[in-house]
Amino acid sequence: MPAGTRVRWAVVSATSVALVATGCGSSGGSGGGSSDASKTFTYQSSEPQNPLQPANANETGGGRIVQNLFKGLADYDPSNGKLRMQVADSIDTSDAQTYNVTLKSGWTFHDGTPVTSQSFVDAWNWAANVGNNQINSSWFGDIEGYKDVHPENGSPTTDKMSGLTVQDDTHFTIKLYNKVSYFPYKLGYVAFSPLPQGFFKDPAGYGQKPVGNGPYEFVSWDHNSQVVTKTFANYQGVDKPKNGGVVFKMYTTAEAAYADLQSNNLDVIDQVPPSALANYKNDLGDRAIDAPQGAIQNVGFTLYQSDWQGQDKAKVRQGLSMAIDRDTITKTVLQGSRKAATAWVAEGVEGYKSGTCGDFCTYNPDKAKQLIQEGGGVPGNAVKITYNADGGHKEWVDAVCNSIRQATGVNCSGDPKTDFKTARAAITGHQIDGMFRTGWVQDYPLNANFLADVYRTGAASNDTGYSSPEFDKLSTEADQAASIQDTATGYQKAEEQLALDMPAIPLWYYRTNSGYSTNVQNVTFDSFGNPAWTQVEVKG
Amino acid sequence: MGHYVLRRVLQMIPVFFGATLLIFLMVYSLPGDPIAAMFGDKAADPAQVASLRHKYYLDQPLWKQYLHYMNNIFHLDFGTSFTGRPVSEIMADAFPVTIRLALVAFFFEIFIGLPLGLIAGLYRGSVADTLVLVLTLIVISIPVFVLGYIAQTIFAINLGWVTATVQDSTDISQLILPGLVLASLSLAYVARLTRTSIGENLRADYMRTAVAKGLPRHTIIGRHLLRNSLIPVVTFLGTDLGALMGGAIVTEGIFNIAGVGNVLYKAINQKEGPTVVGIVTVLVLVYLVASLVVDLLYAVLDPRIRYA
Repeated sequence: MPAGTRVRWAVVSATSVALVATGCGSSGGSGGGSSDASKTFTYQSSEPQNPLQPANANETGGGRIVQNLFKGLADYDPSNGKLRMQVADSIDTSDAQTYNVTLKSGWTFHDGTPVTSQSFVDAWNWAANVGNNQINSSWFGDIEGYKDVHPENGSPTTDKMSGLTVQDDTHFTIKLYNKVSYFPYKLGYVAFSPLPQGFFKDPAGYGQKPVGNGPYEFVSWDHNSQVVTKTFANYQGVDKPKNGGVVFKMYTTAEAAYADLQSNNLDVIDQVPPSALANYKNDLGDRAIDAPQGAIQNVGFTLYQSDWQGQDKAKVRQGLSMAIDRDTITKTVLQGSRKAATAWVAEGVEGYKSGTCGDFCTYNPDKAKQLIQEGGGVPGNAVKITYNADGGHKEWVDAVCNSIRQATGVNCSGDPKTDFKTARAAITGHQIDGMFRTGWVQDYPLNANFLADVYRTGAASNDTGYSSPEFDKLSTEADQAASIQDTATGYQKAEEQLALDMPAIPLWYYRTNSGYSTNVQNVTFDSFGNPAWTQVEVKG
Repeated sequence: MGHYVLRRVLQMIPVFFGATLLIFLMVYSLPGDPIAAMFGDKAADPAQVASLRHKYYLDQPLWKQYLHYMNNIFHLDFGTSFTGRPVSEIMADAFPVTIRLALVAFFFEIFIGLPLGLIAGLYRGSVADTLVLVLTLIVISIPVFVLGYIAQTIFAINLGWVTATVQDSTDISQLILPGLVLASLSLAYVARLTRTSIGENLRADYMRTAVAKGLPRHTIIGRHLLRNSLIPVVTFLGTDLGALMGGAIVTEGIFNIAGVGNVLYKAINQKEGPTVVGIVTVLVLVYLVASLVVDLLYAVLDPRIRYA
């Protein structure tokens, strides 16, 4: 998912990092002190924009609530982003196309009914069905039979995907259209959660009062005010809650949440507001959090324009990349809040390899000038970087342009579009000239997500129009690998091709800047920018 | 009088239709597609978009959408938001919150603004007058969000007298600080308006007569001076009540109050047609009723005003 786009306010929070304070804070709790496992803590949230159904939660507000109410076959370990089994005992495959799922026994929904193979298969068939209007329905597109329940035109011909077969209560198989070796990683996404039988009788009602199988059960939804959850006593997952529940308090501004945090009316916040970034480490002391996020900021090229085509122009793009002094900009303009990128995959993601970009991401004005000349120079000796003016990007775009101008003499300037929607429309409508701000926030913490979905020919989010037979070949090979490790290694090879072609310049990796109140401890954040919910301890 | 009121109420009907139509047109001419926006900018699945468009009746021509909407309104159905909640329920949640906040603010405007203006007007050129003028000037010149954040930082974070945001909007004591911030600007206007009006009427003939007649001072000020001076102030207060209802977005944001302003702001952002049209229509009606009440109050204040 392109950076900062999951929901509109996520854009604000992601960009707010632009002005973060200097210094490095510790992510993690201050430790020590007794805790009371029955006490709840409050978290800054926003009113969900859709009913609370797993396949309908694509925005942060609803997404993080659903994530806590439901648990799928697998999820991602908050400490390292690796896939870890939850309801599934194992997900096996011999050909990366047919997956055999074995469930653990003992899992139940909050209403006491057991979680079986049927709970998953029914839930996925329902969610994939175009008629049920689930925003994340396309996530099921890999599964054979998806096109029957989700035709491009007209009504579904059936309500079951042929690729899903239930053997018994604890075994089922998933057959895919193509080989997707990292499919289990997708299964960690909340859209793949199971649903209880009661749901199908009244989906709308369950969307207001969800019954899941996750660590927390739904108590109440006081609209625009709060969603209250409590710990589910019979939770079978590996991450047993160390607290009594999470109360999601709705905030419309990050400033209000921060004020509440400072006066201990709110326990954990999402992102520090831009106005407080300079001071939050002083305000909060060791309760301030500065943790890596699975997100990257790039500047893309309009490769669909003839100006930027041809092998020589790759040298120009590499030269421009070398003209950007990432270290200085992240330290000064961005006040140390981001980390200079050395690859196209964000830090901490499975398959991340630092330095793929090599010298091309190292500031070197002389080499930059030389490469640009060898490549025939920048068309018109001028470039524009298009960005959305509502996201706090102006400062760094100007800094990048200054760096390019001073290093190479190329006339660089920013080209602001009024807001995110307008900028996106111009980018996807190919109405950009030269360069544009782009980025990527992980859907799941695997390097394939940063590469296949952005740089493969014709990929939905391939905004640059990049098309490299070599990259496509390497990523297809990686998709067919026997294991996730091999997939990750395969994609690392594909990533090396990006250094040769430089379709987009990697700039820096995002960080989570947050904090917590004096009521809680052991607060850590994962690469999605979410706290490790079940690990938060409330002081006794 | 009864005839007049009836005519005014009947006038609200075309205004109601005109307002809903205008707002409807405006919401649907906003740039951006609400359904595509639901997907963030992850490439939206066309089949799903088409299906959602059909669900929310957005695949019909505009005039049909409007007729559909109006038809529902007559069945007391204000539509549903994207969260699946009826708009009537959303309004039933948001309006009481805002009304409470608006009343608190209104209370401050009347019981602080009026006396300040009265004192300043009666003792023109005195220290009190200068003080009122300077204070109101400061309040008028500082944007409300600055006042809000300053008040929040001082009283909640530094002193800890109140919670930084409103935890429970049914607790009036928690609404005092946001109410005062919300009222500040209008309060200053009320004070200045009252001061000027009092100042003018002090020199009126009937005042001289009243003084010459030897009426007691409180009768002169209460019955003659204040009553005659209040007409412009009441006009201002009446329209301000409408503004307090719909225009509290900034204050509601600072103090995290889930009132009409916040709900409306979010709905506009998401282009949730039914929610925006519903709320704004109610706000238009509030304005109409408030101005009717103001007009009727004129007659109470000045018996010379008659309604034919």
